[in-house]
Amino acid sequence: MTKPLEVHGLGYRLPGKGKGETGNGRLLVHEVSFTVGAGETLVLLGRSGSGKTTTLKLLNRLLEPTVGEVRVAGERAADLPVTRLRRRIGYVIQEVGLFPHFTVERNVGLVPSLDGWPPARIATRVRDLLALVGLDSDTFGRRYPHELSGGQRQRVGVARALAADPPLLLLDEPFGALDPITRVELQREFKALEGRLGKGMVFVTHDVREGLLLGTHIGLMLQGRLAFLGTPDEFRRSDHPECKAFMAAA
Amino acid sequence: MSLWHFYARNSQEVLGLVGQHLYLVAISTGAAIAIGVPLGILLTRRPAWRGPVLGVANVFQTVPSLALFGFLIPLPFIGGIGATTAIVALVLYALLPIVRNSYEGVTGVDPAVREAGRGMGMTDWELLTQVELPLGFGVILAGVRVATVVSVGTATIAAAIGAGGLGVYIFRGVAVVDDTLILAGALPAALMALAADGLLGVAERRFAWRGK
Repeated sequence: MTKPLEVHGLGYRLPGKGKGETGNGRLLVHEVSFTVGAGETLVLLGRSGSGKTTTLKLLNRLLEPTVGEVRVAGERAADLPVTRLRRRIGYVIQEVGLFPHFTVERNVGLVPSLDGWPPARIATRVRDLLALVGLDSDTFGRRYPHELSGGQRQRVGVARALAADPPLLLLDEPFGALDPITRVELQREFKALEGRLGKGMVFVTHDVREGLLLGTHIGLMLQGRLAFLGTPDEFRRSDHPECKAFMAAA
Repeated sequence: MSLWHFYARNSQEVLGLVGQHLYLVAISTGAAIAIGVPLGILLTRRPAWRGPVLGVANVFQTVPSLALFGFLIPLPFIGGIGATTAIVALVLYALLPIVRNSYEGVTGVDPAVREAGRGMGMTDWELLTQVELPLGFGVILAGVRVATVVSVGTATIAAAIGAGGLGVYIFRGVAVVDDTLILAGALPAALMALAADGLLGVAERRFAWRGK
């Protein structure tokens, strides 16, 4: 079976001063390779500026990789039209990015409606997804994002990312802006959800506890490179100084 | 002679001038919207053009309006004596606030919202029409409001080049030193400006989406 995500030798260099040239800008991501299978969650862990968010954006081509190959469900990402690629990848970001002028229903149904699903099918899908993330669609469906709590907004964000049933989900510090209690609550629910969904996920965080809880694999980013890649247990036992530094902070 | 007597005696003429004035403002603001909003949106997609375009629009604003009317008179097609010239001048005046606010309305959308839209696979057109324009609509409308209010005032000067409007009374009043006559032109123009400001202000608040 093809894996949701395969990444080989991914690199990104900031565009240089000369227009259109590559090669004289700063190197932000270098030689990153990993695969994510169905039901697996790779946590990209690292300090601020280590290149983890940049790596994530290279996967759905919000940034174009300078070198390397990304395959989503077997298809080369570079060969797909960029909008089609992105509609097959769920994307959740820290500030949620819900559309403030859309109701919860319309936010969740966004990608299906872009893809031209019939309205009845969208409505059913939205109802199911809201139930999946623990929100009653009769209560919340017609509300606007500003009428929700931070935790509820983040749930809607996850539901939205799942809407078109993508094989792969990218999450960029999705729980970063939440208060500690809501955060733990959502982490637990997300953990339960991971197993049920059977999707490939890449989860960016700088919180090592969150990473160890949610990841089936940990990828430690250091200065744009993948300094460590392994299971959470291997991470705990690792001798790599950066792993130790993170474990000390846990 | 009191103002009310004047209006009672010249009601036909007054209504005619009010109509002309509304015509000048409506046509010129309409044209400025039709040019300015797409231009402002274009600048969000071509950031390098922003400086030059806003610079030119700025220059039009700094030219005294009477001088701008005068400059336009000798030009072929758009120039001459009459309403066309006045409308062209009013459009040039109205452009800056509309272009600038269209640009700022679109670029002022929360970057997280824009990135979420792009990240979920919206095309640039979908992002513009479904996200950026609806969210920036209040700001764009604010530009239209400023442009309209300024146009109502500036259009009084159009009488100087024979375009009619309420300026006819003002210029006539100044010439014969008659306060009532000046007021007869100034009062309806002021009311018109207040009405436009109020109505568009209500619409603007209706569409002001606060972030998050």
